[in-house]
Amino acid sequence: MHALVALIRPCVCQRTDPASAYRHAQGPLRRRSRRTVTVASNNPRVTTQVNGGDTLITLTGDWTTPEDRGADGATAALFDRKDLTAITFDSSRLGQWNSSLLVFLSGIRFAAAPRSIRVDDSGIPIAARRLLALLPQQAAPPVTRPKQTPWIERIGLRTIAQWCEVVAVTMLVGGQVLQSGAALVGRARMRRVDFVACMYDAGIAALPMVALVNVLVGAILAFVGAIELRRFGADIYIANLVGLAQVREMAAVMTAIVMSGRTGGAYAAEIASMQGSNELDALRVLGIPVQDYLVLPRVLALTLMTPVLYLYGSAVGILGGFAVAVSMLNISPELFMTQTRCAVTMHQVLFGLTKSLAFGALIALAGCRIGLKAGRSATDVGHAATSAVVVSIIGIIMLDAVFAVCANALNI
Amino acid sequence: MDQEHKEPVLQVQGLAIGYGDQQVQHDVSFDVKAGSIFAIMGPSGCGKSTLLKALIGLLRPSAGMVHFGAQDYWSLNQGQRDDLGRCFGVLFQGGALWSSMSAAENVALPLQMFTRLGAAAIDALVQLKLSLVGLDSGRTSMPADLSGGMRQRVGLARALALDPRILFLDEPSAGLDPIAAKRFDDLILQLRDGFGVTVVMVSHELPSLFGICDDGVFLDAATHTVIGHGAPATLRDSSTDPTVHAFMKRERTAGNAAPA
Repeated sequence: MHALVALIRPCVCQRTDPASAYRHAQGPLRRRSRRTVTVASNNPRVTTQVNGGDTLITLTGDWTTPEDRGADGATAALFDRKDLTAITFDSSRLGQWNSSLLVFLSGIRFAAAPRSIRVDDSGIPIAARRLLALLPQQAAPPVTRPKQTPWIERIGLRTIAQWCEVVAVTMLVGGQVLQSGAALVGRARMRRVDFVACMYDAGIAALPMVALVNVLVGAILAFVGAIELRRFGADIYIANLVGLAQVREMAAVMTAIVMSGRTGGAYAAEIASMQGSNELDALRVLGIPVQDYLVLPRVLALTLMTPVLYLYGSAVGILGGFAVAVSMLNISPELFMTQTRCAVTMHQVLFGLTKSLAFGALIALAGCRIGLKAGRSATDVGHAATSAVVVSIIGIIMLDAVFAVCANALNI
Repeated sequence: MDQEHKEPVLQVQGLAIGYGDQQVQHDVSFDVKAGSIFAIMGPSGCGKSTLLKALIGLLRPSAGMVHFGAQDYWSLNQGQRDDLGRCFGVLFQGGALWSSMSAAENVALPLQMFTRLGAAAIDALVQLKLSLVGLDSGRTSMPADLSGGMRQRVGLARALALDPRILFLDEPSAGLDPIAAKRFDDLILQLRDGFGVTVVMVSHELPSLFGICDDGVFLDAATHTVIGHGAPATLRDSSTDPTVHAFMKRERTAGNAAPA
């Protein structure tokens, strides 16, 4: 009879770092062992004693530090033996233990199962046996990665998805137009309080931010213009520059960008998080159409309020330019106002109003649509808010370019 | 294992909890013995979950003390409280899983944050914890795709991730069907017996209370304090308080009886 005694120390014993880190994680109730990080006798140890085909695994020490290599480090040498038929355990000198012991033991079971090696667990503490009984006998099959779809199929799927999106957006826009009509005659299923709250949120609540941005843009335009115009002695045209730029372009675009950041993003995030907590399902089940109840008040409110904010933004923008012109260029206030009134015609204002109406609808529709199709996790809410803002800003700039081309063609 | 130590793991003395001026409970005192399954019972809205919040460090009590071993929890500084908190495992109502992570990632996060184990060791522990709670499939699923019972199981696996000394469970069997609830109760019992962990659970599910709890307190919603100490079954059989009696026997009390 030959006895082979192999002593295998799980690798964590040589590396004090993970051990102390894990003990730290165990907190003060386990702090007893925190200062004495590696007392040799308390290290988890595995001693294997091979006797013919039978192997006795002796477990000693405190098994409270999971080892890096799981069970395979200690058992690899053991399972190299071809004649292994049975494994028994001796845990009479086992100290404290936790999940790391279970990882080790279930690793042995997993390794033994395919070779039909008998594992007799009667030597394991009864509490650990109870937990082991909850675990599967065999290792779970490795997760197979789903096969990648071929590129042609991916292109096809993407195209179909894009087309579905186009259809969905078209239906949303069409639905909103029809519902707006119904709302005009008071037949939409939208509550007045929601509409008023949305109007407040997209209107009065946005005033300070719109004012600040437009005053500064007006002032900056005046600054930039002042330097150049003074060289030609054309100081007075600063009024034309600020007035035209504000009314035709800047007020509409800047207001829209502000609104896409503060309101469009909020719409997307709000609807997406309602999606996550099943609130949309609750509405649907009651037969309250989401389009009427959630989307319509937002789209209407933002479409109506953005032109109002645009008018306000144009006025305060011109005021910003006025302040710079009067204080820097020695232009009298009366002269500036007269010149502005000559430069800015009603056509320009209408043009700006039309643009901001379109921008408002775009921001609200993009925000709501992106919120509605968002996923259900917290990350999805973040993604929805981001993409609502991105889509809105890109849309605003592209729409503005379209308006510029049209205006050019129509000589407005 | 330390099951044999019968000194209290958690001692609560004269605790008063509330939000702002509104007091939810006052003069709450009890001891939780090591290795017991301790129930915080009471009717809906009596402040069971609020009491749990005070025990796990989410709500500072307005008076009283919470002792874990020799340490007075609320007199510690934030860092020490965090250290101590790492030997708690908490299962929140409905699981409270991180929705942007898969089931396995939910369990792995505490291990990644608070141990310096390698990826393989963490993976082995995650597999073990998920197997322990009986989740053999759906490990890579997102929480939104899991059923309520599975979410609860993943939540329990996450609570067990750092091998806690004390497990706090908030309504563990709420929303589960009777069979799943029974299975979950058995699981809690097996984990207690296996790991020797102490369990503090908030519940008003009578079958769970009678089935697994060996000690507890009963909080009253009307008087805002404790009106019963002891194992649920003992309270059922021997409590003289009409509210406790009615609760345990599923009867109406004289105060809320329907007019004939």
